[in-house]
Amino acid sequence: MSDIKKKGSIQWSKYAQLIVPAVAILLIIVFNLIRDPSFFSVEITQNNDGNNVLSGNLVSIFNGASELAVLAMGMTLVTAACGGQDISVGALAAIAGSVFVKVLKSGASISIGTIILGFIACCAVAVIFGTFNGTLVSVFRIQPMIATLVLYTCGRSVAYWINGGATPTVSSPLITALGGFIPGIPVPTPILIVIVVAVLFSLLFRFTSLGIYTQSVGINQRAARLNGINTVFIKLLTFMILGACCAVAGVIAVSRLSLINHETLLLEIEMDAILAVAIGGNALSGGKFRLSGSIIGAYAIQALTTTLYAMKVPSTDIKAYKAVVIILIVVIGSPVVKQKLSALWQKLSPGKAVA
Amino acid sequence: MKKLLSLILALALVLTATAAMAEITVGIVNNPPSESGYREANVKDFESVFTTDNGYVAKTFYSLKNDEQLAAAQQFITDGVDYLLISAAETTGWDAVLQSAQENGIKVFLFDRMIDCDESLYEAAVVSDMAKEGETAVNWLLGLGLDEYKVIHIQGAMGSDAQLGRTGALDAQFEAGTMVKVAQQTATWDENEAKNIVLSVINSGEDFNVIYAENDGMARGAVAALDENGITHGVNGKVVVMGFDCNKWALRELLAGNWNYDGQCSPFQAKVISDMIQTLENGGTLESKLVISEEKGFDAATLTEDDVATYGLGE
Repeated sequence: MSDIKKKGSIQWSKYAQLIVPAVAILLIIVFNLIRDPSFFSVEITQNNDGNNVLSGNLVSIFNGASELAVLAMGMTLVTAACGGQDISVGALAAIAGSVFVKVLKSGASISIGTIILGFIACCAVAVIFGTFNGTLVSVFRIQPMIATLVLYTCGRSVAYWINGGATPTVSSPLITALGGFIPGIPVPTPILIVIVVAVLFSLLFRFTSLGIYTQSVGINQRAARLNGINTVFIKLLTFMILGACCAVAGVIAVSRLSLINHETLLLEIEMDAILAVAIGGNALSGGKFRLSGSIIGAYAIQALTTTLYAMKVPSTDIKAYKAVVIILIVVIGSPVVKQKLSALWQKLSPGKAVA
Repeated sequence: MKKLLSLILALALVLTATAAMAEITVGIVNNPPSESGYREANVKDFESVFTTDNGYVAKTFYSLKNDEQLAAAQQFITDGVDYLLISAAETTGWDAVLQSAQENGIKVFLFDRMIDCDESLYEAAVVSDMAKEGETAVNWLLGLGLDEYKVIHIQGAMGSDAQLGRTGALDAQFEAGTMVKVAQQTATWDENEAKNIVLSVINSGEDFNVIYAENDGMARGAVAALDENGITHGVNGKVVVMGFDCNKWALRELLAGNWNYDGQCSPFQAKVISDMIQTLENGGTLESKLVISEEKGFDAATLTEDDVATYGLGE
């Protein structure tokens, strides 16, 4: 990001935001190490297609959080620019996934060409829906959560209309590779996709002013406008980018099992995505942001889920446990607690010096 | 002139009345086809039986919400349908509407799901016996005669009829000690969740040899986890894979020997109800208030292409 270069304490504060997500993930790691050190063991096994692949809880965490990580990146931008969240990302991913499946099924056979075509098509559709959300928010100035409530409500029905049928399936080794493992590469493909998306984002911030523009719109919209930033366009753009993220997430989710169930695909992921943004130390009211925080947040959430599964907590109870942990993380990260803590720190520091 | 006009009008009225009488109007209240593959087949079944060719005028309403269903049923009563066919979203709250139907001389049939109400309020119920479906599957599993049963049990949405029926029979085995519960978790019909549940068991290093998933999608998710970790499954594999619903794609997995068993709760009730309506129309009486649909279970060893075409749901 185009941060102004400064030294010492300022440089440190640049990363201060990452303390909360880092502490969260550290707690989960320490907890697991005490509970069962073998939790983190990673092995190489031969899968049923005859490829040597990595397996273990750590791989499950990174692999399983892929859709969430991609959505959290897009959600961070929308949050920063608009000071609100998009709650339709799950529904939009279902629509994108349906379009992807529709294109794949329309051809006689599935080749790399049809997959690329399918991705372009679902990306276009998702960006159009993103633009719709963005227009409601930026042009009509509707609160983001209310604006995206429309798509949240009807999105899964739209996804159903695209294919009919309850659980359309596609079968091709290419799709299996996309959602699982590419022969010869032991790392799950979704993890690679997340890396690609993250690199694309960092290039976007490096070579354009999108990062700083988004930040200024979020901090003070009037000031940004007076400085010549087209605030309506920036907000719209963040929603379009989030739309593209939904398409990527939808394609990953569909490819995992070569099947789309529009009712359950990435169900309730919007809440986890917003959480990842919050755990990442980004202010939900907009302004300054760090994508890396949100990504760590996404992995922290998945690590928590995987830990609870490993502990054989009934999956019906997992949400309740997650809620408790999340309350803790968010409270620790809240400005009030942060202020109290830093005051306490300052009170203790001179005391130490005397002693 | 006035007389002539009124005569024509009266004649027209009588004509339309007789024309309407030739056809039987049915109001169908169901859940939407998007709910599941089962529902899709169920809705199609009713659409194909209650047609004008078969002498019916069908009015349909689909919703997952009980209150909307209630309002629609009430509207059908006001419209004056001859028969009301209901698959309720929830089992309670229907007494008032059913009473109002009875007062208006409308005969009610329940299908797929029971309603908690007095028997006298409906003519007959054509329902699935979910408990029997679970028993059929578990008995098939016992029939395999494995040395040990270490089961990963993936449940559907907790509290749904299908989940309760499919879980009950297996829970009885766990309690009796004939089978060992390695893991029992709900994936709420979510395929990827099912995969994560199985992955977590594999990662913990625990041994298992049966996957009992309460629908096809979750079985598919479970199998994906096995495939990733190089664990064999199906007819000649280490792990026995069981699913429910009999989607066509799932039955093809059985044909290929990747899965072992698929159970089905029959979505085809329209023909039975139509036959009963014809009996009533011809002045007959119904033999029984409760008709249990026949439940099926397919074994990979005996499944044929014809079965896939006949009983498979979806495409």
